[in-house]
Amino acid sequence: MKLNVAINGEAKEFDIHPKDMLLDVLRDDGYTGVKRGCSTGDCGACAIILDGKAVNSCILFAAQAEGGKITTVEGIGNPKVPSPVQREMTDAGGIQCGFCVPGIVVSATALIDENPEPTEDEIREALDGNLCRCTGYVKQIEAITLAVKETRKTRGARLGVA
Amino acid sequence: MSPVKSPARPKKPARPVKSRNSAAGFKVVNHNVEKVDGICLATGVAQFVDDRKFPGLLFIKFLYSPHAHARITKIDTTHAEQLKGVRCILHYGNVPRVLHTTAGQGYPEPSPYDAAMFDSKVRYVGDRVAAVAAETSDIAEEACRLIKVEYDVLPAVFDPEEAIKAGAPVIHDEPDLRGAHDAKRNMAAHVGIEVGSVEKGLAKADHRFEDRYELGYAQHCPIEPHVCITYLDDRDRLVIRTSTQVPFHARRICAQVLQIPEGQIRVIKPRIGGGFGAKQEVFLEYVAGLVTLRTRRPAKIEQTRAEEFYASRTRHPHIVNMRIGVKKNGMIETLDMKALSNTGAYGTHSLTVVCNCGSKALPLYNKAKNVGFIGEAAYTNLPVGGAYRGYGGTQGFYALESMMDDIAEKLGMDPLALRRKNHIRLGESSPVFAALGEGKEGYDQAMASCKLSECIDIGEKEINWAVERKNHGRGPVKTGVGCAILMQGSGIPGIDMGGATVKLNEDGSFNLLVGATDLGTGSDTVLAQIAAEALAVPVGKILIYSSDTDFTPFDVGAYASSTTYISGGAVKKAAENVRRQILSVAAEILSEKADNLACSDGHVVSKKTKKKISYRNISLRSLYSRNQFQIEATESHVSYVSPPPFAAHFAKVAVDTETGLVKLLKYVMTVDCGVAIHPKLAEGQAEGAAMNGISYALTEEFIFNARGAMVNASFLDYKLFSTRDLPEMKTILVPSYEPNGPFGAKSIAEININGPAPAIGNAIKNACGVRLRSIPYTPEKVLKAIRRQSAPAAA
Repeated sequence: MKLNVAINGEAKEFDIHPKDMLLDVLRDDGYTGVKRGCSTGDCGACAIILDGKAVNSCILFAAQAEGGKITTVEGIGNPKVPSPVQREMTDAGGIQCGFCVPGIVVSATALIDENPEPTEDEIREALDGNLCRCTGYVKQIEAITLAVKETRKTRGARLGVA
Repeated sequence: MSPVKSPARPKKPARPVKSRNSAAGFKVVNHNVEKVDGICLATGVAQFVDDRKFPGLLFIKFLYSPHAHARITKIDTTHAEQLKGVRCILHYGNVPRVLHTTAGQGYPEPSPYDAAMFDSKVRYVGDRVAAVAAETSDIAEEACRLIKVEYDVLPAVFDPEEAIKAGAPVIHDEPDLRGAHDAKRNMAAHVGIEVGSVEKGLAKADHRFEDRYELGYAQHCPIEPHVCITYLDDRDRLVIRTSTQVPFHARRICAQVLQIPEGQIRVIKPRIGGGFGAKQEVFLEYVAGLVTLRTRRPAKIEQTRAEEFYASRTRHPHIVNMRIGVKKNGMIETLDMKALSNTGAYGTHSLTVVCNCGSKALPLYNKAKNVGFIGEAAYTNLPVGGAYRGYGGTQGFYALESMMDDIAEKLGMDPLALRRKNHIRLGESSPVFAALGEGKEGYDQAMASCKLSECIDIGEKEINWAVERKNHGRGPVKTGVGCAILMQGSGIPGIDMGGATVKLNEDGSFNLLVGATDLGTGSDTVLAQIAAEALAVPVGKILIYSSDTDFTPFDVGAYASSTTYISGGAVKKAAENVRRQILSVAAEILSEKADNLACSDGHVVSKKTKKKISYRNISLRSLYSRNQFQIEATESHVSYVSPPPFAAHFAKVAVDTETGLVKLLKYVMTVDCGVAIHPKLAEGQAEGAAMNGISYALTEEFIFNARGAMVNASFLDYKLFSTRDLPEMKTILVPSYEPNGPFGAKSIAEININGPAPAIGNAIKNACGVRLRSIPYTPEKVLKAIRRQSAPAAA
């Protein structure tokens, strides 16, 4: 069957099998920033933004994304122009092995997109589905708190309110 | 078995007198520079093992034993072979039998050779029966189901205390087994030491304490499961791209099992998604390697999360019997520990983990005149133990630091006062260092840096000890605080070796090639900082490439808290050597003595004339114009001391006495890791280790059914702490300067996983008066203990 989706702003068509998982389709097409940690929807390493919501792509049939807008970690920023979340994750020490980080970047970005002024409690809630075994989460929460401030500044600048 | 004698320490020239004793004046070291791989990881660009495509890749799946103990009497692969897309099936009948250990340790490994790639006997539910390589993973899985196996089921033993009794089923009866202590008794390893006389010491003591502590199975749970891809390069050599902590040991062990020379194998470690000891094991790479050698096709093994739990490696469960003899005044005179480790079906790391249970914990209270330690590791028909962050220290400190609070209570002393009276201090040693190392005798050492007293003082204030010890709140939820103090080591003395190569490029940048393995620890950044400091350049001028057996010098790998200290020592030496070469070329150019020149910000500067010449110009001259040569150096580093980091951990808990639920409210760590090369990464090491320890103390456990099968092999049923569970956590680095370490550094990777179990246990005791001697502190366990305590029978 055919799957039509927009990935990071680019329209894509795939030939898929009904039982293909979205994670496999994405990784196979080169979006390897999307990671496989459990295949049961418990660790969040495969998180993507689908139509504005952070979801685990490992337990989503690819077919379920038909017509959807997908953002992967690659669509959020790149090494030359990282997003505030990506910048702060690096600077605040939120990254050790980094395997969980694309998923955390995605969850945090989806949160800030939806709720630009999250409290620490809301940040913790949004990241609850992203397991990290390296950092103990302390610096990841700090990083996202800083990214919220940074996003506010840049948004302010964009709107000319600074 | 008495410990084997360690090789004599070679006579070394006296160390030059160091004028430096603090981090003051460092330009790169002790600064939070940008993590060299940070942005690439944050943007998803960094390449992990499975992030590259290999045309023609075969997928490998395993058939596992459903029995805890059985002989395979018949294996029929006919139907599986007929399935379209199946390319290769491996089982005991068609692979060479080479007994080996999967422990990625130095050679000769101190673990028994008790494992074959595939054996005719299976020893736990999850032991490997066969592997299938096929065009897709679905086909490989289907083919595994089509393999017909007949078993002669044998009696199994799951309890380590039962396993070592006469008459227990013998798990390893193979005649070619080597290195197990007493296989007929299921004893994989045994070690014993005694300093002074334990029995006399206990008899004379004013107070004697004796208790039993238990710690169960746990899995490391790196978010990236074990994964490896093998292929043949264009000269027909076997390339192994793998998520390993030990690329050089992986090459050696694969060469051994595949019976080909090391030179025919190249191991590449790309980015690694965490390891924590799990990836110090070499048990998948040679299976994929054999598939590639037989099919000439690239092949991949990627473990599922469930396989990570039941078919990879775990923490060795321990039963620790602790006895302590104390004087009325609180002086500890006698320490005696007897540890029984459950190594599961195979003895990987069995001797060394149980050794470290004693050798890491017992030196902490070094005033004791009598010290005894017996470590035993039992084979059982359960999953296989392995290296796990803390490596015996977790188990040893749990017993020791839990008992310390019971002693304090009995003597009417403050637990911190008791610890202050007895703990090791600067300049002091412990007889345990020489008597007990990792699997053999150790090396004596005196503490050349130790801020443990300061750690206790600072943590005491931060947790508000005096007030919180007495304040338990009203109502059914009781609060309390507890502490534990800790030490670990920095590398394995006399064994661990790291190599580093530094070479200068035309633009004044340097390639830094290290065998050291960054598995997420930040060692690529830390080692680049060490090189940058020694070469007087910003860290951006250091191009680090790590862990490729074809290109980088040897390193034992990332374990035993060794990388910053051992590999960092090699990097510093190599960088200093290159710096001398730079100065000597500059001396020629400037017609000055090298002694009159200094390196500063990528230039050589004359102290007299202030004339400057850039590294770029020095490089261009040395490569292209006069007396040409490549400015470069390779250096190695071994240490005959293992400077311990120190830490004090403080936990504040709330115990709901009606439900037994323990909530961790606050966790404070004060840590002396010498000079922190990168303070933020060092804090991150502490926080990650503590969170893992907290999760182990409160929720993580393997649940087995009556057949010995793990029944909770998923993140849904095996609870790792997440952001919601994070307590208020405070990490305070307490700087010291370790003269043996590169720029004053010692380790920080492991020590902080050892604190939570005893500190939280002590806090529970303080909160509601019950002492728990096994983890995890589940609500059921806590509630039972509370009810037992308040039951009239107990009065």
